[in-house]
Amino acid sequence: MSHEKAQKTQNEVPTGNASKSSITDEELAEAMRSEREELEETWARPSGVWGWFTDTDHKAIAKRYIVTAFVFFLLGGIEAALMRIQLAFPESHFLNPDRYNQIFTTHGTTMMFLFAVPIMTAFGIYFVPLMVGARDVAFPRMNVYGYFVYLIGGLLLYAGFFLNTGPDAGWFAYVPLSGPAYSPGKRVDIWAQMITFTEISALVGAVIVIGTAFKMRAPGMSINRIPLFVWAQIVTAFMIIFAMPAVMLASSFLASDRLIDTHFFNPAEGGDAILYQHLFWFFGHPEVYIIFIPALGFISPIIITFARRKIFGYVPLVLSLISTGFIGFGLWVHHMFATPIPQMGESFFTAASMMIAIPSGVQIFCWIATLWGSKLNIKTPLLFVLGFFAIFVLGGLTGVMLASVPLNLQIHDTFFVVAHLHYVLIGGSVFPLFGAFYYWFPKWTGRMLSERAGHLNFWLMFIGFTLVFFPMHQLGLNGMPRRVYTYLPETGWGTLNLIASIGAFVLAAGVLVFIVNAVWALRAGVVAGDNPWGADSLEWSIPSPPPNYNFHNIPVVQGRYPIWQATADAPIVRGLNTKKRETLVTSVMDAQPELRFDIPGPSIWPLMVALATAVTFIAGIFTPWAFLVGAILAGITLTCWFFADPNYENKSARETGEKSEKVAPRVELQPKEV
Amino acid sequence: MIETTRTIPRFILTLVVALCVSSCGGIQNAINPAGPNAENISRLWWLMFIVCSIVFVLVMIAVLLSLRQRTTEAADRVPLLQPSEESERRRRNVVISLTTITVIVLFVFLIASYSSGRSLRLNDPTKNGLTIELTGHQWWWEVRYMDVDASNIFTTANEIHIPVGVPVMFSLRGADVIHSFWVPNLAGKKDLIPGKISTIWIQADKPGVYRGQCAEYCGLQHAKMALWVVAEPQEQFNAWRQNQTQEAVAAASDTQKRGQQVFFSSTCVMCHAINGTPAGSNIGPNLTHIGSRHMLGAATLVNTRDHLAQWIKDSQTFKPGNRMPQNNLSDADLQALVEYLQSLQ
Repeated sequence: MSHEKAQKTQNEVPTGNASKSSITDEELAEAMRSEREELEETWARPSGVWGWFTDTDHKAIAKRYIVTAFVFFLLGGIEAALMRIQLAFPESHFLNPDRYNQIFTTHGTTMMFLFAVPIMTAFGIYFVPLMVGARDVAFPRMNVYGYFVYLIGGLLLYAGFFLNTGPDAGWFAYVPLSGPAYSPGKRVDIWAQMITFTEISALVGAVIVIGTAFKMRAPGMSINRIPLFVWAQIVTAFMIIFAMPAVMLASSFLASDRLIDTHFFNPAEGGDAILYQHLFWFFGHPEVYIIFIPALGFISPIIITFARRKIFGYVPLVLSLISTGFIGFGLWVHHMFATPIPQMGESFFTAASMMIAIPSGVQIFCWIATLWGSKLNIKTPLLFVLGFFAIFVLGGLTGVMLASVPLNLQIHDTFFVVAHLHYVLIGGSVFPLFGAFYYWFPKWTGRMLSERAGHLNFWLMFIGFTLVFFPMHQLGLNGMPRRVYTYLPETGWGTLNLIASIGAFVLAAGVLVFIVNAVWALRAGVVAGDNPWGADSLEWSIPSPPPNYNFHNIPVVQGRYPIWQATADAPIVRGLNTKKRETLVTSVMDAQPELRFDIPGPSIWPLMVALATAVTFIAGIFTPWAFLVGAILAGITLTCWFFADPNYENKSARETGEKSEKVAPRVELQPKEV
Repeated sequence: MIETTRTIPRFILTLVVALCVSSCGGIQNAINPAGPNAENISRLWWLMFIVCSIVFVLVMIAVLLSLRQRTTEAADRVPLLQPSEESERRRRNVVISLTTITVIVLFVFLIASYSSGRSLRLNDPTKNGLTIELTGHQWWWEVRYMDVDASNIFTTANEIHIPVGVPVMFSLRGADVIHSFWVPNLAGKKDLIPGKISTIWIQADKPGVYRGQCAEYCGLQHAKMALWVVAEPQEQFNAWRQNQTQEAVAAASDTQKRGQQVFFSSTCVMCHAINGTPAGSNIGPNLTHIGSRHMLGAATLVNTRDHLAQWIKDSQTFKPGNRMPQNNLSDADLQALVEYLQSLQ
C-alpha cells in the first residue's frame, strides 16, 4: 500500500516544478513518512548478541572500532605510565629489564597498530559515507571481517602480554635480535602474527574507503568538491595499500625464519639483516603519515566550521596531501643512517626527508590564512587544533633536523627521537583526534560534550604533554639512548626524567577528564540537534545520531560546502528502491549517476572467515600445518560467504515474492518536495 | 602588571641559561664536543637549532595574531563563502612567499648538512694511523688493537685508550645482534651489524674520559652496555699500549697463586682468556689486564676490590640477565681470586 504511494509519487512527479500542484502537501508528507518506514525496515539492524556478530552497519562497525581502539589507547597509556615510573629515578627497581622490554615493545606496537591506524580508519568508515552522501560503505561485509580480524589481533597481543609472553624485541623487531637464535620462545611470533592481523584489517579498511569515496559520492560532488576530510582518507588508503605489503613481507619472512628455518635474515647463512630494516621502514615511515594524514583531514573541517569561512587554498591543501603521500615513501632510509650506506645514497633521503616539510608548511600556512581575520568561535575542537599548531610545528622542525645525516648520527636512537616522534604523533595526530572527538561526538550520540570539561581536558593534556616530552630533547643531546630500562645516577639524567614522569600523570589526568566528560555527556549532555556547530558538510544534514539508512533522499551537491551552499530548490535523488538495500553509484571524476547498486545486509560469514583467519595465523605460531588447515577452513567459509543468501531485500518484499529488479542505471533528479 | 611582565622574561632567561649550562657539560654529551667529528656536528646543530627556533617563534606569533578576532555568537552566522578578491590575493601572496622562504631555508640546511657529512667521511683512507676493531657482544664490547706487527695485536674490553690529536679508525662488527657504537662527545653513532663491516673515525682533541653507550636496542641489558674512551697524550698512550701487548704477569704471592688455581678450577676459565696462561676462551671479555681497567661489567661498576668480588659472586644483581653465571665460591677462594685478578695490571 505504502509502496504504491511512493511509486505514485515517483511516477507523478517527473523532473521540473510544473506538476507540483497535482498532489497535496499532506499526501506528499504521508508518502515520505511511509518511505522512511520502509527504509527503516529495509536497513534494520539485527538485534541482541546475534546482531553483535552479524551487523554490517558502517556506523556500528566504526563505533566498535573507535571504542576498541580507545581501550587499546588506554592500555598503551598505562604502559607508558609504568615506563615513566621506572625511569623517574636512576637505578630504579620498579620493573625488571625483562618486564620493561616487554612493556616498551607492547606500548609501541599497541599505539601504532592497535590504536592509531584503526582509529583513523574508523573515522573514515564512519564519516566517508556520510560526507559523500552514501547509504553505507562500499563493502559492508568485508568491513565486518576487517573489524573482527583487528580485534582478534589485539586480543592475541594482550593474551601474550598477560601470560608473560609479550614481545620484547621492540615494535620494529630488528633481526637478528628477533630471530630464532636470540629470541627463543613465542614472544616474537606473537608480534609477527599480530602484525598480519592488523595489516589485513588496515588493507580491508583502505579498500572500503577508496571504493566508497570514488564510486559512491552523491551526484554533483565532482572530484574538485570532495571534502578535505575525505581527501585525507583517500590518500591514507592508497598509502596503506602500498606500504602494508612491505611489512607483511618482513613479518612473514621473520615468522618463516623462526618457524621453518628459512634464512632470509640470517647473515651466517647468506641472509641479510639490513634487508629487514629496508622492508620494515619502507612500511614504517609511510605508517607515520598513515596516522598523520587522516588527522590533517580532521583539522580542515574544524577550522572551516569555527572560522565560518571557506577554506583558503583548497587546491594547494589537496595537492599537499597527495604529495605528502608520495614523498612519504621516499624517506625510509633516514631511520637507517647509522648503517653503512654510501653518502650519495643517504643524501637523496636527506633531500626527500626535508622536502616533505614543504607540503606540511603549505598546509599550516593555508590554515593560518583561513583563521586570519576570521571571527573565531574558540570551542574545544578548535582549541585542540591550536594545540596541534604549537606541538606539531615543533615536532616537524626537529624532524628536519633528523633528516640531516650528520646530526641524525648524534640524535638517532636517543631520547631526542622519542621527543620528536611523540611531538609529531601526539601533536600531529592525537590532539586533532581529541578535537575530532569533541567535534563529532554530537553526531555519534546526539549529545554535546561539556565545553568547560573540554577546556580543562585540553590544558591538562597540553601542559602534561609539554612536561613529558620537551625535556626529552635535552636528555637525548645529553646522551641518553632510547629503550633503556634504567640509567646510572652519574649520568645526571635524573632531574629531567623526573620532570617527564610527573608530566605523564598530568597528561593522564587530561585523558581521564575526557573519559568522565564522555560518560557524563552520554547521559546528561545537552541534546545536539542535527547541526550544532552550523557546519558545512553533508553528515550534518541528517539527524544525530544518523538513521540506519543515513539519507532518506540522497542529496545533489552544489558546491564544496554542501549545506552552506544548498539552495531552496536543490534537487535530490529519487528512484532508489526502498524495499531493498540500494545506493547510488556515480562516476569517479564528475559523480554522474551511473547505476543503482545492491548493498548486502547482515551475515554471520564475515565473522566465520575472520575466525578461519585467526585459526590459520595463531596456530601458525606453532606449526606450519596450520596454513593447510587454515586454507581449507577459509575456503569453506568464503564459499559460504559468497553463495549464502545475500539478504538484500527486506522482509515484506520477500513475503510477497516480489522479484527485485536487476541493477539498472535509472536515477531521476527531482526537486525537493518536502 | 608591570611586575609580572618583567618577571616572566627574567624567568625564561634563567631557564634558558640553566638549560645551556646543564647541556654544555658532561662526558656523554653531543653538544660538548671534544673532537673534530663531534665539533662539526655540533656546529650544524647550533645552526639548525637557531634557525628552527626562529621559525617556530614566528609561526606561533602568526597563530596567536590570527586569534585576535573572537566571537561567542551562535553557530548561525552567515558563512563567508565569497571573500573579497583583494583579501584572497593578499593571503595568496603571503602563503607563496612563506613557502618560498621554507624552500630556501631547507636548501641551506641541505647544503650545510651535505658539506658537514662530507667532512665526516671525505678523508677516511688517510686517517688510518691507528685501527681498532670493535666487536659488539650481548652486552659488552670486544676491543682489538690492530697492528702490522702481529705481536703488537692485543685484545681488551669495554675500555678504549686513544692518543690525543690522532684520528683513530674503528672497524665495527656485530658478533650476535646489532649494536651501535656511540661516544657523543667525539662522534655520531655507527651500527655494528652481524655480517657487515662498517667504519667510523674518531679523534679526541682534549685528554679525558668520554663515556659511550650502545645506541641500538640489543636485548635484555641494552641499558648497561657502555664503554669508556680514555684519551691521553701520545707518550702515555704508548706506555699503556706497550703494557697491554704483554702477557699477564705471573701470580706472585701465595694468595695470588691460590686465586689463579680458583680461576682454573671454577667456571671462569670456560669463558675468559688470560694471555700467558692456558685460559684462552673468547666468549667473555679478555682479562689479561683486568686490574688496569677503570670499570667492570661494561662501564657499569667502578673497578674496586669489593665490586669485583660482588660481581664475581653474583653479577646478576647488578646486571640481571647478563651471560655470567653466579659463582658460589667460598669467601677465602673469592678473596684469593679477586687478589689475583687485581694483580693483572
